[in-house]
Amino acid sequence: MAGLKDATAIVGIGQTPFAKHLPEDERTLACRAVLAALDDAGIAPGEVDALASYTMEETDEVELAKACGFGDLTFFSKVGFGGGGSCATVAHLAAAITAGQASVGVAWRSRKRGSGPRPWTNTTVQLPTPAQWTRPYGLLRPVDEIAMLTRRYMHEYGATRDHLFNVALACRNRANQNPAAIMYDRPLTREMYMTSRWVSEPLCLFDNCLETDGALACVVVSAERARDCRREPVYVHSAAQSLPAQHHGMVNYWNDDPLTGPAWSAARHLWKHSDLAPEDVDVAQIYDAFTPLVLLSLEGYGFCGRGEGGAFTEGGALETGGLLPVNTGGGGLSEAYVHGFNLINEGVKQLRGTSTAQVPGASTCLVTAGEGVPTSALLLRN
Amino acid sequence: MLRPVTDPDGAPFWEYAARGELRVQGCVECGELRFPPRPCCPHCQSFEAEWRLVSGGGRVWSYVVPHPPLLPDYAELAPYNVVVVELDEAPRIRLVGNLVAEPGAAIDSMPAERLRIGARVRVVLGDGLPAWVLERA
Ligand SMILES: [Zn+2]
Repeated sequence: MAGLKDATAIVGIGQTPFAKHLPEDERTLACRAVLAALDDAGIAPGEVDALASYTMEETDEVELAKACGFGDLTFFSKVGFGGGGSCATVAHLAAAITAGQASVGVAWRSRKRGSGPRPWTNTTVQLPTPAQWTRPYGLLRPVDEIAMLTRRYMHEYGATRDHLFNVALACRNRANQNPAAIMYDRPLTREMYMTSRWVSEPLCLFDNCLETDGALACVVVSAERARDCRREPVYVHSAAQSLPAQHHGMVNYWNDDPLTGPAWSAARHLWKHSDLAPEDVDVAQIYDAFTPLVLLSLEGYGFCGRGEGGAFTEGGALETGGLLPVNTGGGGLSEAYVHGFNLINEGVKQLRGTSTAQVPGASTCLVTAGEGVPTSALLLRN
Repeated sequence: MLRPVTDPDGAPFWEYAARGELRVQGCVECGELRFPPRPCCPHCQSFEAEWRLVSGGGRVWSYVVPHPPLLPDYAELAPYNVVVVELDEAPRIRLVGNLVAEPGAAIDSMPAERLRIGARVRVVLGDGLPAWVLERA
């Protein structure tokens, strides 16, 4: 059974500027990104018949469809778990198009996280993780939950802050090449990293993603339709979603094996339905809300063995020309934190040969969604 | 400070804690303990649960030291520690809590230098919110 393999392609990408504060509201930013992506594809808005988004998205499908002038929608989905759903949007569109439920799909993300409130400051609603077991003790923010896993990871495997710095530095170095990145002209040094303020020990300021206003979108069509589009198609070679057995979200210490997160089961599915293996991947866009998520993902997706994520980052492995260049637009740490959607668009740019930190001849790109929550991933190729 | 906002599955834990007992939900059918509490057993799908008294001894599995920005009450005490404790009876049952200098002390009462993974700790149930103190050697 061929399944989804190369059956669909991303043929358009669009984005707004990224900033700490943008004057326009989320809905307007969403419309701008979506229309830019359709224009990039050379497809009229009236042809759109499928939408996919993920939770913590405030822009309503009805409003978006009305504002942008879409046709009759025959497929729409909203994937759970915030940043874990980024790649799943493309996966859902690919599945719907392959099954004949729709023909032109748009996925998008619009955020005003830079100038808006933080979800964790709301104490009146139960957060997705059962707050009664954590919040009274002052484990309040996503960074606290991930720092807990990180401390244990460092203890078990001997990973160091220098390994986390390697991740932050690779992202920052790529952002320094990307004029659209928030950290475009702001280099990072080891000295700055090691002396920065703590946010939740063992994680410091530079282990945390940015807070960003901005929006992005992409357009998915069948491989057949893609051949007539304005741009070279970027094929969805393989796609996966994952909510592993007994997984428990960010606070995965309620799982028997807390350091084996959703990346592992996403990877099993992704590789099983692929012609490729980790060693075939030319460039990777790995969800980086926090630096340790990259180490855990390197292990989960099979670029190194368990516990070897820290060591893998040594010797410039994540930099341009290294073993596995990552987050070539700057990622969530240094380009923009738009719940990982910028990683999808950056993957498309790499395979079009238009990245600001282009990996020469890149023909395969792994894109991942949030690790530490039910997640998703894409293997793109040209 | 935030108090636990309980749900029907979790309420018994807090009721027992208020009476000075640390209890964990277990399956009547197959005997497996589970945490957080939930309606049925993931091992045998039984809906029959009971609340088992545990010794209150455990070990620190990991810990963090949060710094601001935090909610106001917590920002005032920061930096403070938050620990995850593995229970002696069931090392895979891991409870989030705070390591304090003595029963009733504030969450910032234990210097961060004194925290370490693997340290033996014991529960104290003062105001119904379990806290942990270092076990005397
Ligand atoms: Zn059972």
